[in-house]
Amino acid sequence: MKPFTIVTGVAAPLPRANIDTDQIMPKQFLKGVDRSGLRDGFLFDMRFAAPGVPRPDFILNRDPWRDAKFLVVGANYGCGSSREHAVWGMVQLGIRAVIGTQFGGIFYDNCLRNGVPAILLPENDVEGLLTLTADGARSEITVDLPAQAIVAHATGKSIAFTFDPVHKDMLVRGISAVDATLERSETIEAFESTYYAENPWLA
Amino acid sequence: MTQARTLYRKIVDAHTVQRIDDRGNLLLYVDRQVLNEYTSPQAFSALREARRRVWRPKNSLAVVDHVNPTAPVRTLAIADSAKAKQVSYLGENCREFGIELFDVLDKRQGIEHVVATEQGFVLPGMVVAAGDSHTITHGGLGALAFGIGTSEIEHLLATQTLQYRLQRSMRITIDGTLGTGVTAKDLVMAVIRDIGADGAAGHVIEYAGGAFRAMSVEGRLTVCNMSVEAAARGALIAPDDKVVDYLRERPRAPRGRMWDEAVERWKTLRSDEDAKFERDIRLDASHIEPMVTWGTSPDQASAIGGVVPDPAQESDSTRRRDMQRALEYMGLTPGERLDAIRIDRAFIGSCTNGRIEDLRDAARVLRGRRIAQGVRGMVVPGSTAVHDQAEAEGLDRVFLEAGFEWRQSGCSMCVAMNDDHLLPGERCASSTNRNFEGRQGAGGRTHLMSPAMVAAAAIAGRLTDLRPLVSP
Repeated sequence: MKPFTIVTGVAAPLPRANIDTDQIMPKQFLKGVDRSGLRDGFLFDMRFAAPGVPRPDFILNRDPWRDAKFLVVGANYGCGSSREHAVWGMVQLGIRAVIGTQFGGIFYDNCLRNGVPAILLPENDVEGLLTLTADGARSEITVDLPAQAIVAHATGKSIAFTFDPVHKDMLVRGISAVDATLERSETIEAFESTYYAENPWLA
Repeated sequence: MTQARTLYRKIVDAHTVQRIDDRGNLLLYVDRQVLNEYTSPQAFSALREARRRVWRPKNSLAVVDHVNPTAPVRTLAIADSAKAKQVSYLGENCREFGIELFDVLDKRQGIEHVVATEQGFVLPGMVVAAGDSHTITHGGLGALAFGIGTSEIEHLLATQTLQYRLQRSMRITIDGTLGTGVTAKDLVMAVIRDIGADGAAGHVIEYAGGAFRAMSVEGRLTVCNMSVEAAARGALIAPDDKVVDYLRERPRAPRGRMWDEAVERWKTLRSDEDAKFERDIRLDASHIEPMVTWGTSPDQASAIGGVVPDPAQESDSTRRRDMQRALEYMGLTPGERLDAIRIDRAFIGSCTNGRIEDLRDAARVLRGRRIAQGVRGMVVPGSTAVHDQAEAEGLDRVFLEAGFEWRQSGCSMCVAMNDDHLLPGERCASSTNRNFEGRQGAGGRTHLMSPAMVAAAAIAGRLTDLRPLVSP
């Protein structure tokens, strides 16, 4: 997994609340058995009027946001379906982190497993970033995960954020969760032998 | 003295393999996982690439449910070759990794969450995770169950555990009695309307109170199922005798002495009396009326007697914009009576409301009646077992005589990943769980409600209060 440390780039505002994963990755893009080809599917109906026909006024189709590395999103972004395709497509489009007040829980976990920090900020900070980044000339920010800070270049203002230390460590070091857990194999085996002895009907 | 614990905490504690830190990060043991054809393929591929084995294949069950056709005569044929490949790849993966599969033609096939409970694959006190957000359904049996993404499926298959973070706890207590014609679906829709689509974010809900004691197990499954639409990371109802009766002699339920031991243990699955919940909410069941959604988020809902709300009355500017957009998408005008909204389609089915009691409820409304001209109605049972049970009870005849299509089981038009979908602009009364834009087909307009309310809407050709049709 690609480590995330300090990343600078344009942030695009998506203020709508409750953008669900059906909208982030519609069903016609869920037919594969691999992770490829999801870039176009990301927010398909917002970005495209038809396949290959972009909506020119949508924020991610305009300069400078077409090269956005961050999304500043409305409440409950990524709610709904568990489909990880939503995150794969977002990453394929070049998004490195998302910033909002609250994310869909499964979406948050999916981001974590794909090297994408989903950063929680208080509502007024998110409002501030939504307004700031709606101005293309002021849309560049730096996300510093080790220091847990977002710096808006136009204002020079730094916003501190909290982040689960375990999750931060995985993202900063780009650790595979499976590898990390398999290092605890003996602990899992020991747990199982007690667990199934105590709950034999589950064995 | 040990500290009083919630049911949620007890289940997590019993499944904690190891604490990772002192802030609630831990390695959680998972008893059961269910796999489907569209969220599992990349997990299996990743295992294969890394030359990993499945830690404990017998804890997994695989079911084809999302992409299979639901045409009245069951075949293996899937016209779309990409979807056919998903099904064949699931079969390949199950064979290679030694996982049991209920394929399309299997008599035990159905929507994974319906199958897992009716087979007794899920039991009280278990931790269950699967690559589908509606896995939360199993909380109705007293299991901690939640949806996960494909990377987590891979992790689970490889280790039988998840790196888990303890969630906050929330109790929703509902006393009082639901009125005639008011169902578990209406209750959970009222909860979602009240607390919002992110109202339970970061929380596991425990439902408590007389309304749940009186509720059937299938009703409880409906309530827990839809709790994810309030962003809950789990939903629990403490198991009682109704759950024991529901599970007795299910194909995978324990037998004999094992059964007795299990039942004894299930009696301990309740929150301690003085357990502390981080949030506590109370509602009165007798105030709940038949519900319908008017918007594109499950919390945009109202009692059927209401009107389409006016965004101009909303003080919060973001919410006002979202309401305006929802009404525009739905083609509705503020002030319009909800029971004047005409429909083109009626859909009964899904993991929320595709069980036998749901079909009985709908059939009770439809018996001796015809659906309105111009309305296309579909009944898609939640599983093949439900389908066969309904036929044994003659419900299929009621649906067919009323003018509904009687189809085979699957997720069908709840998620519209097979060939069942709305056309742009079509409006559907639907017993499903999500009214998101395009959920039932690009440009389709979904109104969520109970199966009996769908039946009533189909007869009237518009949304309508079912109560006059079922009053004694």
